Amino acid sequence: MGFKEWMLALHVLAAFSLVAGSILFWVLVVAVRRIDTPDDTLRLGPVAKVGNVTIGVGMGGTIILGVYLAFALDGYAIWDGWILAAIVLWIVGAALGRQTGAAYMAGPKKALELKEAGQTGPSAELLAINRTSRGVLFHALTSAIVLLILIDMIWKPGA
Amino acid sequence: MSVLATVRPDSWNFPLFLHVLGAMILVGGLVAGAAALAFARGDARILRLGFWSLMLVSFPGWILMRLAAQWIYSREGWDDVPDKLVPSWLGIGFLLADAGGLVLVITLIIGGIGVRRLQAGKGSGLLRATLVLSVVLLAAYVVAVWAMAGKPS
Repeated sequence: MGFKEWMLALHVLAAFSLVAGSILFWVLVVAVRRIDTPDDTLRLGPVAKVGNVTIGVGMGGTIILGVYLAFALDGYAIWDGWILAAIVLWIVGAALGRQTGAAYMAGPKKALELKEAGQTGPSAELLAINRTSRGVLFHALTSAIVLLILIDMIWKPGA
Repeated sequence: MSVLATVRPDSWNFPLFLHVLGAMILVGGLVAGAAALAFARGDARILRLGFWSLMLVSFPGWILMRLAAQWIYSREGWDDVPDKLVPSWLGIGFLLADAGGLVLVITLIIGGIGVRRLQAGKGSGLLRATLVLSVVLLAAYVVAVWAMAGKPS
């Protein structure tokens, strides 16, 4: 296996990392909908960190290695329509993902506030924040973008 | 290098898409399950979350990945190729998919018993074993993805 094949394999592994992080956050989106206490909310923090790392590795790996491959491989060029489409989708996905993160950070933030105030019992307000429909919407949109990138990468329209 | 840039026939794309999507769901469920089991620190709710991630995400992902693998295998005409001519990356993929599927089923059985024992207050030892098996599976599937994408030999 040559250097370029290694880069291609790592590019695909980065894509898997990105989707794995997205799926992990779907699991957390579902789990957090029934959580109404500060301690239970904060306990999911380390699991969410795994998601942040996998998404970070995935986002970085896909774009850096993807751009490299567009230049390195014969038959592909960075200005190919399907590659430009993937880059645009990546940028839109990153922006939407940031919004998802912001929406779901409100829960742990509120949980910390409640804990510091000595309120450790169930909180309807915390439950409502954890059930953020804005977060679900943004995560659904981010996942749709990731799916579109996968479709683009496999069908390579115009290639 | 031109092999890397080859565009495959359109009729291969849909089964390949389902195969890759299934594999991504499988790996995503394993990452979610392993992360929850690893960081549960004895919390029954998070331990259960880890098990159900494996059961409801990874397992359906494995089924989709494996069925679509067979579809693309026959669509690409590998059925008609003598075994000795089948490339090693394909062999690695099939071996890890099938052996991994068996280990996944064992993992789910152990995890299911572990969740039942947890509910009965009998400790989380079996769920620790589930975590170990999940991490082993994850490592195996990383190798499988590497082999399928990089196509050594």
